Amino acid sequence: MPRMNRRIALATIAAGALATAVALPAAAQTKAGEPLKIGFVYVSPIGDAGWTFQHDTGRKEMEAALGAKVTTKYIESVPEGADAERVIRELAQSGHQLVFTTSFGYMNPTIKVAATFPKTHFEHATGYKSAKNVGIYNARFYEGRYLAGIVAGRMTKTNVAGYVAAFPIPEVVMGINAFARGMRSVNPKAEVKVVWVNSWFDPGKERQAADTLISQGADVVTHHTDSTAAVQAAEAKKVYAVGYHSDMSKYGPNAQLTAVTHQWGDFYTKAAQSAVEGKWKPGNVWGGIKEGMIKLAAFNKVVPQDVQDQTRKVEADIRAGRFHPFTGPVKDNTGKERIAAGKTIDDVTLNKMDYYVEGVQGKLPSSK
Amino acid sequence: MDTFAQLVILTLAAGTPLVFAALGELVTEKSGVLNLGVEGMMLVGAVVAFMVAATSGSPWLGILAGMGAGAATSLIFGAITLSLLANQVATGLALSLFGIGLSAFVGLDFVSVVIAGITPLSIGGLSDLPVVGQLVFGHNPLVYLSFALFALVQWFLYRSRGGLVLRAVGESPQSAHAIGYPVIAIRYAAVLFGGACAGLAGAYLSVAYTPLWVEGMVAGRGWIALALVVFATWKPWRVLAGAYLFGGVTLAQFQVQALGVAIPSQYLSMLPYLATIVVLAMISRDAVAIRLNAPASLGRPFHPAA
Repeated sequence: MPRMNRRIALATIAAGALATAVALPAAAQTKAGEPLKIGFVYVSPIGDAGWTFQHDTGRKEMEAALGAKVTTKYIESVPEGADAERVIRELAQSGHQLVFTTSFGYMNPTIKVAATFPKTHFEHATGYKSAKNVGIYNARFYEGRYLAGIVAGRMTKTNVAGYVAAFPIPEVVMGINAFARGMRSVNPKAEVKVVWVNSWFDPGKERQAADTLISQGADVVTHHTDSTAAVQAAEAKKVYAVGYHSDMSKYGPNAQLTAVTHQWGDFYTKAAQSAVEGKWKPGNVWGGIKEGMIKLAAFNKVVPQDVQDQTRKVEADIRAGRFHPFTGPVKDNTGKERIAAGKTIDDVTLNKMDYYVEGVQGKLPSSK
Repeated sequence: MDTFAQLVILTLAAGTPLVFAALGELVTEKSGVLNLGVEGMMLVGAVVAFMVAATSGSPWLGILAGMGAGAATSLIFGAITLSLLANQVATGLALSLFGIGLSAFVGLDFVSVVIAGITPLSIGGLSDLPVVGQLVFGHNPLVYLSFALFALVQWFLYRSRGGLVLRAVGESPQSAHAIGYPVIAIRYAAVLFGGACAGLAGAYLSVAYTPLWVEGMVAGRGWIALALVVFATWKPWRVLAGAYLFGGVTLAQFQVQALGVAIPSQYLSMLPYLATIVVLAMISRDAVAIRLNAPASLGRPFHPAA
């Protein structure tokens, strides 16, 4: 396809020239009538549940909403690091004008590639670096975690919950803390045991970690890893579980009390729509229950009505902005006060959370 | 339930896939063939076992199919390295990559399927005995199968005529050929056995241990099995010890974490690898013994005319 090659060559030359010239304001490249090409980079296989599955669901919702105005392409299982940069570069080079990079580890590659493709729009999930053509978006997972904690706190009999966690980064830590605070808000005796598996995706290890937690008395298990193994472990051992990322009730029909799910569809649709109209601007979106980015999956029938009502009420309070899971007094698990009574944590501090709150056992493995 | 018994059960369950895969690879390597494709064969075994278990409704049929699929995958390796005399290292690596991709492709429609896996034994009366009941009768049936496999491999290699011939082929294929043994055929058999064992290991993961199929679910266990064979200096009982040590330390570090001990989890995550390497290096630090145990022709192609 000589024509295609020439086009790529021209684009590369143009990009190179632009990088040295004064950065021009980003403008949509679409000619009238031609669909906007949108690329997605996924960190794991799509599968049937989990982080990437939710992003892909969002992509499909966007396609359904915008129809012929967009075409999308996704690349699965892209390791974070040098490979990511190559994949992102290829997407930009082959004329994708909007590229969503959906994992924290894509942050630096995205910023790097974005600098050489100033006319391409990038949206990076869960990172903190932005640029003239790089927007960032994330979901307030912790809001859902707090609600799930309420359910867990009411349903536990041993007062111990088990938490299978991937890596000790703030995103995961704030989820653990919110869960513990949710549990404790209804059950002051509740404790959360955490096991770090140091992997986002290893069903065998996730299963082992969940089994371990259950053997140490946890009767509600939740996880911040990508597979359904923890929920399945709970199902096999006849204890409860809270799913994460996706509704996992299929894997634990008796075990899953509810699940904290991510909904990216609205955000993707809006971002793509504004790119189609040439109005795209780099934003910093951090949406939660209010924006519909976080939803609880349907309650299991074993969850009593009053527990459901109580959870829904707090959910409504969060939606209305009347309640924040990290409103003081918040003490860490050594007893030190972290947030004063009546104060609410701000987003910057929240994003640096590096301690366990009261009710979480053990010491947080420091990432510094 | 008794924590100790529980820990033993979990350790054996975690070590079992490594036992299957490493014992199979050990037999392959004893014949002088180095097949680095264990990870790929395990994944193919896992996906086929899961697919068959899901469509037929019988997890045991799935296990059998997984073994068959592992063997079939290893046959590709055998044909390329034994008949076409290609480089074993390169072919094995290619087989791993091929298996990863093939299993992902073939299993695409099965990622959302839920199956009833093979669950641990529960023998009325026996499994309920205090302490011993669970320890002796509470394992997954496949764990007992791994014990049987170990006994079989140990017996075959060191107590049977066939094993002697296999080892002779691995030490000096020229001599074995000169006294009339079909070197290539024996190596094919060893490769197929290794493939079936790797397939069984994968099948155990997808049908018994974590009954689900997702791309890449073997998560590097094939490579650990390969390393185990070397660190165990090609001795079956050391493979067994290494596999359980690895599984046990993995679990122990989770236990320690769940108890809330203040050791950074990153160090604890290193521990299984570190402990296994250190212990196996210690018990097999005798250089002479290593040389005696390592198949002398490992990784070298054989041609009768050469």
